[in-house]
Amino acid sequence: MNFIELIIQGILLGGLYALFAAGLSLIFGIMRLVNIAHGDFIILSAYIAYLVISYTGVHPFIALLLVIPIMSMLGYMIQRYILNRTMGDDILPPLLVTFGLAVIIQNTLLTTFSTNTHRLTAGDIDTASVGILDMHFGLLPILTFFVAIIIIFGLELLFSYTKIGRAFRATSDDREMASAIGINTKHVFAMAMALCFCVISVAGVLLAIRSSFDPFSGPARLIYGFEAVIIGGLGSLWGTLVGGIILGIAQIFGAHISPSFQILAGHLAFFIILAVRPKGLFSKVE
Amino acid sequence: MDNSLLRINNLSSGYGDFQALFDVSFCLEKNSVLGLVGANGAGKTTLFKSILGLLPREKSMIQFQRQDIGHLSANKLAGLGIAMVPEGRRLFSSLSVYENLQIAADYGRKGYWTIERVFELFPILAEKQKMPSLSLSGGQQQMVAIGRALVANPEVILFDELSLGLAPTVVNDVYAAMPSIIESGISAILVEQDIERVRKISKNLVCMREGKIVLSGAASQFTKEQLTTAYFGE
Ligand SMILES: Nc1ncnc2c1ncn2[C@@H]1O[C@H](COP(=O)(O)OP(=O)(O)OP(=O)(O)O)[C@@H](O)[C@H]1O
Ligand SMILES: [Mg+2]
Repeated sequence: MNFIELIIQGILLGGLYALFAAGLSLIFGIMRLVNIAHGDFIILSAYIAYLVISYTGVHPFIALLLVIPIMSMLGYMIQRYILNRTMGDDILPPLLVTFGLAVIIQNTLLTTFSTNTHRLTAGDIDTASVGILDMHFGLLPILTFFVAIIIIFGLELLFSYTKIGRAFRATSDDREMASAIGINTKHVFAMAMALCFCVISVAGVLLAIRSSFDPFSGPARLIYGFEAVIIGGLGSLWGTLVGGIILGIAQIFGAHISPSFQILAGHLAFFIILAVRPKGLFSKVE
Repeated sequence: MDNSLLRINNLSSGYGDFQALFDVSFCLEKNSVLGLVGANGAGKTTLFKSILGLLPREKSMIQFQRQDIGHLSANKLAGLGIAMVPEGRRLFSSLSVYENLQIAADYGRKGYWTIERVFELFPILAEKQKMPSLSLSGGQQQMVAIGRALVANPEVILFDELSLGLAPTVVNDVYAAMPSIIESGISAILVEQDIERVRKISKNLVCMREGKIVLSGAASQFTKEQLTTAYFGE
């Protein structure tokens, strides 16, 4: 394998990590909420897709048409009726609640689906590859990467040019003043979580096609997501993509040196960037 | 006939255990300006915050258009037509000048005031509309804050310290907008350090000290000495 091939593979893997991270970054950017259960929600959406597919037999991408609305409604309710009650100047109470949610999700999945691993099959896409010059890349990673770019671009457009996007930004700037001009900030927060859960659904399904999952696969996805967010800088979505890519490249090179070194190499890259630039590369948050 | 728009009845409020307002009562008449004066820490900002539901109060303590509204949250009050130009302006920092107005119009009521009319009132804002809101000068930011309140087409605007930190000529520019605002049918409660300026523009005056009302009545009835005594205490 040559150097360029490894770099490109790392970049493509970064797309998946950016998908893990985009929702985290969005939620932290808008409401300073750290969602410890983020990875578990990704796995939950994989299980929901698994259920939809077992009952209907549809392709995983079609299953998304059902998974996205189910998950975003769940996200709305969790924010509106649970997390909003704990939101205030102190970021610790909501963080603890999401920690509790993580435990609940893992154990519910365990009792419902046992510890068996599952995987979604997407037909030819699973194994298809694209050859450029003498290099080969999986179709699924390529697809994942472009989905990540489209989602981040779409989120940026939504933030910049829509009424709800302006409400997200205004509420994040000054919650009191936002309510003084007539914004129902509890609804806005819940909409942000619903939006985050749309991204989670896509991430969950793409992950579940790529690798097998079990009820306890969530926390590791959370760590990758966190690392991508922090490398990129809190609150910056494109930064999150760069963060994901750096993490992906580090992991691919690590794996090239020794398969057991893959994960550690990613954490090392994270650690080095944190040491050199504690605020990340493109931070928007003070 | 009852001419009241906003009536405050024995309002008490504060921050946790600290009581900052004690049985405050007064009434804002329709189509009028009420001047609210008092030394630093008298409780003027606290009064505005509790009217808007940003601090605790009880249902019957605030009446708007003869309905009890003391149990409603800030966003509902905005829908009824109560707007605020806050102390320190508090523009949305990640929104441009135009977007600060646009979002208030999005969530406000329809009526005479549009973003275009605000630009006619403050032409400089039309020039700077694409700029980040915090890149403007203090006076221009104050104009955006006023515009943000106007485009919601409220019945009443609570103005807190309009001239704080602004150069005297800029203060004149800001106050030059007042007549058009009042003529458009909006009433106002005006908090201002400059007693003379408040007295000229207001129909009624309320003076607060240490969370209590120490003087209230028609602005024309008070002498400067009476006001100064009420303001600073004996
Ligand atoms: N967030 C807060 N927490 C606790 N006490 C507060 C808070 N804000 C104000 N206070 C207290 O409440 C009292 C009234 O303050 P307030 O800000 O309403 O005064 P003000 O009349 O607006 O004064 P200024 O002219 O300085 O703006 C003061 O004693 C002040 O110290
Ligand atoms: Mg004040």
